Amino acid sequence: MKNPDLSVKIGKLKLKNPVMVASGTFGYAEEFSGLVGLHKLGAVVSKTITLKGRPGNTLPRTCETPAGMLNSIGLENPGINKFIKEKLPVLRRAKAPIIVSIASENDPQEFVVLANELEKIRDVAAIELNISCPNVKTQKSLISQDPEATFQVVKAVRKVSTKTLITKLSPNVTDITQIALAAQNAGSDAVSLINTLLGMSIDVKARKPKIASITAGLSGPAIRPIAVRMVWEAFQKIKIPIIGMGGIIDASSALEFFLAGASAVAVGTANFIDPKISNTIIEGIRSYLKENRVSHLEDIVGALKA
Amino acid sequence: MGKTIYQEKTRILSKQKLASNFFLLKIASKKIAANSAPGQFVQIRVQDSVVPLLRRPLGVHRIEKNNFEVLFQVVGKATEMLAQKNSGDYLDVIGPLGNGFNLQKRGEIILVAGGMGVAPLVFLAEKLKKSVDPKSKIQKIALIGAKTKTQILCETEFKKSGFEVRVSTDDGSKGAKGYVSDLLKQVLRTTHFALRPNIFACGPRPMLKEIAKLSKEFGIPAQVSLEEHMACGIGACLGCAVETSKGFKRVCKDGPVFQAEEVIW
Ligand SMILES: Cc1cc2nc3c(=O)[nH]c(=O)nc-3n(C[C@H](O)[C@H](O)[C@H](O)COP(=O)(O)OP(=O)(O)OC[C@H]3O[C@@H](n4cnc5c(N)ncnc54)[C@H](O)[C@@H]3O)c2cc1C
Ligand SMILES: Cc1cc2nc3c(=O)[nH]c(=O)nc-3n(C[C@H](O)[C@H](O)[C@H](O)COP(=O)(O)O)c2cc1C
Ligand code: FES
Repeated sequence: MKNPDLSVKIGKLKLKNPVMVASGTFGYAEEFSGLVGLHKLGAVVSKTITLKGRPGNTLPRTCETPAGMLNSIGLENPGINKFIKEKLPVLRRAKAPIIVSIASENDPQEFVVLANELEKIRDVAAIELNISCPNVKTQKSLISQDPEATFQVVKAVRKVSTKTLITKLSPNVTDITQIALAAQNAGSDAVSLINTLLGMSIDVKARKPKIASITAGLSGPAIRPIAVRMVWEAFQKIKIPIIGMGGIIDASSALEFFLAGASAVAVGTANFIDPKISNTIIEGIRSYLKENRVSHLEDIVGALKA
Repeated sequence: MGKTIYQEKTRILSKQKLASNFFLLKIASKKIAANSAPGQFVQIRVQDSVVPLLRRPLGVHRIEKNNFEVLFQVVGKATEMLAQKNSGDYLDVIGPLGNGFNLQKRGEIILVAGGMGVAPLVFLAEKLKKSVDPKSKIQKIALIGAKTKTQILCETEFKKSGFEVRVSTDDGSKGAKGYVSDLLKQVLRTTHFALRPNIFACGPRPMLKEIAKLSKEFGIPAQVSLEEHMACGIGACLGCAVETSKGFKRVCKDGPVFQAEEVIW
């Protein structure tokens, strides 16, 4: 059988394969150069960028949990201007499509300002709206915990941006489909599912939280069943493509997401464990399609036999 | 310093138990041996499983032609599993990582090791032995501190590298009673240095903080190797930040060695 077609379309963006690296887990790509074929990646998603720079949260910011990890980085980033001047040129060297993740700190209008800044930059292939970071303390609740707030933010950005828009949702909600629908109805081209789950871990000897901010975001294989379930639920309700993530560590775990309805996937925590894993996963997906005589990846999207 | 980072399946050549729960592993890797500098570390995946999930950072303890060694204490699940490994077993290792000690300095050398802080300082001592002219008679002192006598490691290694060794234990079972930073204070007070000494230190954060104070008080520059919880170890996750006079820096990538005065303690 000839090589299966792994390409996917997300909004206006055509990717040569469906494997991206998730925001915040891949630095600005240069940290991984030499350890993985960066140009082979479907896309690279930047660390989330805010309007002004953020120093990030106090330490400790990470700890390991059973089959997972907690993090509370607090969106440490240099701010949009420095990002464009200093980090974007670095990201370009990866020679993979660049998706820039953005977030507001206080006022959702900041999304509009950020999207405007990125509008002029041709090789920003898409924008991911991170309305779901659990580690910013100035926010009482997440935008992505409210369908109306989600709708307003996406709609406001849609008005000013011609780029492919991806809305990243939080699993810390009762019904993810409502939020996914709101994003779709406001003009989002795709949704990313899921950001980290809010969690907590305690050092019983010291009676202290293991993370300074007490609560933090849980990622890794521990959250995969929840992520797959949410992708499956959203797939029943929305028409726009889903980018699935949460605990992907090999081709088989990535394939779970496609079968549940994801058109593309992102690898997060697993990059820390095996920096070349995203490349390995691309090859693994290719082999699976060949073995199962599937000519287009899209033929297995949502192909769960249930 | 070679900036290339390697990921390799490496073979364990030998395992040695040094004290109750301290182990020494000799690991084959031409590339890591050839490119490591004192103060750099490696990230080891102890097992191909999801528990433990992340790699664990360990300092490069010594190098030989085609091998490097790590010295570690069993403190939790990953180090426990690592202690169960045997020669012939394979380990997935990434390294060398981070920035090591700056050895361009001239003058007397004072090494201060607290607990497992001896691990990278032995490599430093052996490197200095080679780079400093043996006839130069430059004074070289190594201060080793631990909780108790049985945890004082590597005395012979420092001596072999031409260091005068002094020891302190928290319980007084060997050497001076107290912290190794107290011992350092005493040495700085009582020793006449003909040149301009330099301190190189590795150990728990409170100890390094004390050393930073002494460094300021006596006007003697100190380089300190910090530890922080790490996820990626390559500068990507921003999990290991340290506050410095120049803003937040990454312990794994910008460090782990910093100038003591640069760190906001
Ligand atoms: C750059 C660097 C170099 C290191 N070099 C050495 C070395 O040469 N020899 C050595 O024995 N150890 C070294 N360490 C510490 C070593 O990485 C930890 O002891 C190890 O990760 C513990 O893993 P574990 O699964 O056994 O313990 P866990 O079950 O993960 O933790 C057990 C206990 O150790 C604490 N701990 C875990 N990781 C760290 C850490 N990175 N820093 C401080 N405390 C931690 C935890 O909070 C907990 O209390 C180094 C750490 C860093 C950051
Ligand atoms: C250390 C760390 C930092 C992260 N930073 C961001 C971020 O800046 N923006 C974002 O949208 N998601 C961030 N995430 C979430 C991931 O992009 C991803 O959604 C989540 O970790 C689930 O995938 P995983 O289980 O494969 O890691 C971060 C995750 C980790 C572990
Ligand atoms: S451990 Fe990830 S940046 Fe240092």
